[in-house]
Amino acid sequence: MHRVVITGQGTINALGSDVAQTLAGFREGRCGIGPLEFRDVERLSIRIGGQVRGYDPECHFNRQEIALYDRFTQFAILAGREALAQSGLAFLDGSESQQAGVVMGTAGGGLLTQDENYRTVYEEGKNRVHPFVVPKLMNNAAASHLSMTYNLQGPSFTVATACASSNHAMGLAFQLIRAGSARVMLTGGSESMLCFGGIKAWEGLRVMSRDACRPFSANRNGMVQGEGAAVFVFEEYEHARRRGAEILAEVVGFAMTSDAEDIVMPSRQGAARAMRGALADAGLAPDRVGYINAHGTGTTANDKTECAAVADVFGTHADRLMISSTKSMHGHVIGGTGAIELLACIMALRDGVIAPTIGYQEPDPECALDIVPNEAREARVEVAMSNAFAFGGLNAVLALRRI
Amino acid sequence: MAQDVASEVIRIIAEQAVLDPADVTPDSTLETLGIDSLGLVEAIFAIEETFDIQVPFNANDPGATEFDISSVAAIIAAVEDLVAKKG
Repeated sequence: MHRVVITGQGTINALGSDVAQTLAGFREGRCGIGPLEFRDVERLSIRIGGQVRGYDPECHFNRQEIALYDRFTQFAILAGREALAQSGLAFLDGSESQQAGVVMGTAGGGLLTQDENYRTVYEEGKNRVHPFVVPKLMNNAAASHLSMTYNLQGPSFTVATACASSNHAMGLAFQLIRAGSARVMLTGGSESMLCFGGIKAWEGLRVMSRDACRPFSANRNGMVQGEGAAVFVFEEYEHARRRGAEILAEVVGFAMTSDAEDIVMPSRQGAARAMRGALADAGLAPDRVGYINAHGTGTTANDKTECAAVADVFGTHADRLMISSTKSMHGHVIGGTGAIELLACIMALRDGVIAPTIGYQEPDPECALDIVPNEAREARVEVAMSNAFAFGGLNAVLALRRI
Repeated sequence: MAQDVASEVIRIIAEQAVLDPADVTPDSTLETLGIDSLGLVEAIFAIEETFDIQVPFNANDPGATEFDISSVAAIIAAVEDLVAKKG
């Protein structure tokens, strides 16, 4: 069993185009959610989201790359580039490259590419689409382009478990290194579903808020979608030490469970089993956990179920730990959300700053935990946990330790 | 028209509950009919499509919206109101 550490992190999301801006956003309790801007938005009833603003692909990619990269792939590459630069592993070769891979999470994959091209053939009646539609929209495009860009020749694949995709992805990357199947893994998640068709589909489910994402607040009225990516360099501990890499945190535990109950409603038992499993995997007592980055979607059902599950797992310690939902700031980034939220876990461990749950207005007796309302807080944390509970009842929880 | 709205709403609800429309009475509730939250969202979609109306409903807070879903009679009244407002 090898130890696994994180030696690089990168992101782009509604709070900023890199890690520094995003962490500044967490510290300030800044809200990245605002009016959506895209074609036909006036035909939607939900018009807010955590959109990446002022983004120009031509500042980052050449014409050929843009022809091949859907927005979700672009986000993944930008995040991967930042993470690798920090890790000092700019480009691997020889046997090193064969022991390095990529596991990414996404739910929608190249949904913007699909939306644009459906419009072309159905609305505009054209009989021809761009030749790269398929390689652009496929869910593994981001993972594949990361492997090609950085010559990562080991195990690479994409995980699609809706809102838990990136936690599943990072957990599997952790397991691959721990088991000795890889030494370095780029891992995280990416999502870009903020387009007319993407939001129209979500509207139908009637779980979206028209005004704000207010996790754990009694007056919460639904989720708000975001977009973006976060990518991390997971590395075998001795490998990282030998090359003198700066270690951001250690990944110590991971567990996955399935509710086997309902396609949309969350389960207290399924969530609790995943948290207990991650603690057991890490060999940690519950009272070592100082911070949980909640799934915290801002829906009635998730937030009360999650708080009940936390109470089940942590007992009296549930009242001492801090739990916050950063979705209130960057929105729910679906298949990329767990990765962006892991940044808040690492910030808690490294910097001793707990990202707040913003938009909090009214206490809910069913969510009576310390949710770090509205303002970031300084606290020393030894172990942080990240929850993700997906539609379809698929749960994935990671545990990180300060190093 | 009022009679048509009532019978159409009952037809939609009966379809969700997998019941004969005759078994859906005005005092039935979604709970007694065994319609869960997904079934409700689907029924509202069918109502919107049938009557060409927008039903104000958020699954996060079914009680807070002006669209009363406490019984079949309440749903019919709410739909009749929305249809009338449409003109």
